[in-house]
Amino acid sequence: MRTNDVMLQTATKVVTFIILMFAVHIFFAGHYTPGGGFVGGLLTTSAIVLLMLSFDISTVKKILPINYVTMTAIGLLIALATASGAIIFDVPFFTHAFGYFDLPLFGKTSLHSAMLFDAGVYLVVVGVTMTIIQTIGEDE
Amino acid sequence: MSFVLLIFLPLLAALFVPLLFKKVGKIHTGWFVLMVPVALFSYYVSLLPTTIHGGNLVSEFQWIPSLDIAFIAYIDGLSLLFTLLITGIGALVVLYSIFYLDKHREQLHNFYVYLLMFMTAMLGIVQSDHLITLYLFWELTSISSFLLIGYWYTRDRSRFGALKSMMITVFGGLMMLGGFVLLSIMGGTYSIRELIPQATELVSHDFFIWALVLVLFGAFTKSAQFPFYIWLPDAMEAPTPVSAYLHSATMVKAGLYLVARLTPIFAISGTWMWLVASVGLFTMFWGSFFALKQKDLKGILAFSTVSQLGLIMSLLGASAAGYHIDNIAETTFKYAGFAAIFHLINHAVFKGSLFMIAGIVDHETGTRDIRKLGGLMSLMPISFTVAMIGAFSMAGLPPFGGFLSKEMFLTAMLSLTEFDLFSMDVWGILFPVVAWLGSVFTFIYSFYFVFHTFAGEHKPDQLPKPAHEAPIGMLISPVFLALLVVVIFFIPNLIGDWLVKPAVLAMQPFLYDSPEEIKIHVSAWHGFNPEFFMTLGIFAIGFLMFWTLRKWQKSYDLFPEAISLNALYDNMVFLSDTGANRFSRIYMTGFIRSYLVYMFSFVIFIVLGTLFLTDAFAIDFTNLAPVGFYEIVILIALVGSTFTILFSKSRLTGIIALGAVGYSIALLFVIFRAPDLALTQLVIETISVALFLLAFYHLPQISRKEERMRFRFGNALVAIGVGVTVTLVALSSLSQKAMPSISEFYKETVYKEAGGGNIVNVILVDYRGFDTLFEIAVLAITGIGIITMIKLRLTKKEDQHENK
Repeated sequence: MRTNDVMLQTATKVVTFIILMFAVHIFFAGHYTPGGGFVGGLLTTSAIVLLMLSFDISTVKKILPINYVTMTAIGLLIALATASGAIIFDVPFFTHAFGYFDLPLFGKTSLHSAMLFDAGVYLVVVGVTMTIIQTIGEDE
Repeated sequence: MSFVLLIFLPLLAALFVPLLFKKVGKIHTGWFVLMVPVALFSYYVSLLPTTIHGGNLVSEFQWIPSLDIAFIAYIDGLSLLFTLLITGIGALVVLYSIFYLDKHREQLHNFYVYLLMFMTAMLGIVQSDHLITLYLFWELTSISSFLLIGYWYTRDRSRFGALKSMMITVFGGLMMLGGFVLLSIMGGTYSIRELIPQATELVSHDFFIWALVLVLFGAFTKSAQFPFYIWLPDAMEAPTPVSAYLHSATMVKAGLYLVARLTPIFAISGTWMWLVASVGLFTMFWGSFFALKQKDLKGILAFSTVSQLGLIMSLLGASAAGYHIDNIAETTFKYAGFAAIFHLINHAVFKGSLFMIAGIVDHETGTRDIRKLGGLMSLMPISFTVAMIGAFSMAGLPPFGGFLSKEMFLTAMLSLTEFDLFSMDVWGILFPVVAWLGSVFTFIYSFYFVFHTFAGEHKPDQLPKPAHEAPIGMLISPVFLALLVVVIFFIPNLIGDWLVKPAVLAMQPFLYDSPEEIKIHVSAWHGFNPEFFMTLGIFAIGFLMFWTLRKWQKSYDLFPEAISLNALYDNMVFLSDTGANRFSRIYMTGFIRSYLVYMFSFVIFIVLGTLFLTDAFAIDFTNLAPVGFYEIVILIALVGSTFTILFSKSRLTGIIALGAVGYSIALLFVIFRAPDLALTQLVIETISVALFLLAFYHLPQISRKEERMRFRFGNALVAIGVGVTVTLVALSSLSQKAMPSISEFYKETVYKEAGGGNIVNVILVDYRGFDTLFEIAVLAITGIGIITMIKLRLTKKEDQHENK
């Protein structure tokens, strides 16, 4: 039995994208302004959860056919690889590198290896929260 | 060349083994693996010319520079000798295993990965100069041998044996770590090379004797000395190539290596000499005595290994005496160190071949039960010859290598009686007596092993398979080792000059400056002296007792199983198991509310206790910012929603009120300008409320009766206590500024050193990257845990449906 939720569904279609855009922004901005992988991941999750609430789990699964367990694993590997990458350059484990580059379209941009580590955190957060929500949600 | 990296070569090769096993199924994976020890052996042989004259090589590789921990490979006579044993016997064992393990039926990729891992661990032990990395490799041998012993993991006995060996050796390893830490506290360094010159100052330190005993725990458990030997017989559940490698040539020798390596540090103490020599000698006697009780071929060899390890250990102990006698009785004590290393080589060679023969007998007849075997001499002539050579060497008969080192052993034990330090003049007489008795039993079990297997009556009806000689490939390694046994007898001084003397120099640097100074000449004939008559006695009595073995072997059954060391171990394991179960059943009630009570009372206890002990109650209301209008509003909302949770009748109200609490706190963060925290808190609240609502459906129905919350005094006390504690901590931390706030440090360094503007984020990804890494790992584990919990329950339900 589903009640009429046209309003919610229509709003969700728009809001989800806004949240996702915000999540991406906050993730990239994280190193200089509030944000980062953890919050970015949580925001992404909340966008997906919103989708799940207004539609249902199987529909969302069709839209986003992602295996969240694999995503978690990839995130962990990225984080570990970033941290151990330092060893190749003969500096202690977890030493980050950063610099400023002139990129086309973006102009002067700071690139930071911590961003890669943060990307790992982001993936793990999304992966784990979604795994938990999906398993509990699917459980009859 | 930085040969320290060669230690990791086997581990690196192990990465390719599963791939080779899956993709190149036609060729036995062992052939690829064989290349690793062969290559290493040929490289290390090329280092021999350096060590022969007492030289050494050092190669370093940084690991954790900030803690001064590094991989330092130090090659001198002692470590090179062990390295050659590890790689040389390793190559022969891999060759043997190619024919022993069937490539279609066995999980070869597992086997060789573990074996290579083990090889790296062993090389690491014998080459490490840094005590911490030595410990790392030490425990790696425990783990890889656990995997190897439990290789046939579907068998109960394999799992039992693997666990037992790991429990005992890891226990010893932990003790040893304590000893190492004490050594470094005393000497101010973890490097063995730097500790040795300090020995004379170390001995007067209070910790010295503790360090000594703790290190010996490690050495004794690993080398299966009494009373820790009980894991070795059970480790025989491993495939035979593993037994030949780990339990004769390498792992069990790690303890001997450690004793030899640390002798220059500890020998100055009489305790060291007494402990090592007497435990070793007693182990030698005990092992040889109980070897005759065994009915399993590998069981006999296991006990004989225990006994032989004891013999070498006792010689190492006796060699420590060399520290205390500068010029008196010079001829006698230097023998002990030489004899120890020489016998170690002999033992690795003959025991390796004997284990391989036991494997061949098992492989070709289907049984290792010595009662069913017999009369195989004519069916398996080559195996018989090899077994005879190995066993005669073990028994100390000429013309085999073991004879020479056995004679030197008797010499060393006799000389201990002439030593008038540390009450040796009173108790010293026991050493030659026990050594002689042990040697008699060694003689008997060596004969028992060979002649009860290969001579006597053949009983084909009792054998699972008709016996025949082993394929040629399987015989190469044992035949080669048997040849070595004979060769060593004829050229003992070559071995002595090339391998033994450089090793002795490393062991007794306080006696010699170069290997050439060690004036020992091994000769098969050494005149009519007490050793000679003792040997004659061993042969005569041993032969007589072997002849009448059947008559008195039954008396072993008189030893009750119930009071043996094994029974003690079993009882200890059983008690700790059930004890822990019972104990946890008392407090694990299954109700979250009980656990919360434990946790919160603990928090109160610890935090309030610390505050009280450090006299940190300082409440100071000056310098406080004024409380604004918004703060008061939010506070009222906060308190209001908290009370709503307490008194709500339905869960839904409770959850929503909880959400309100979270949002109010997020608003507080906004007011206090912590956008990061506010953002995270808001998102977390949203998601957790959503999760609650999702899980809501699954919560058990609470009956109306229980819904009415009764007032519980205990719980209220704990709740109020937590509130008071947190308030006190907040107030005291606000008013006490013993140190400047750490935020200043971050403000200054964040942009300069980490290139970021957001302190919180920089702390997370850079300053405390380790925390974050482990936190996301924990997060991932939680996710997996929830999946298994829910999915497993689902499959159980499905099973029930099917059963209906």
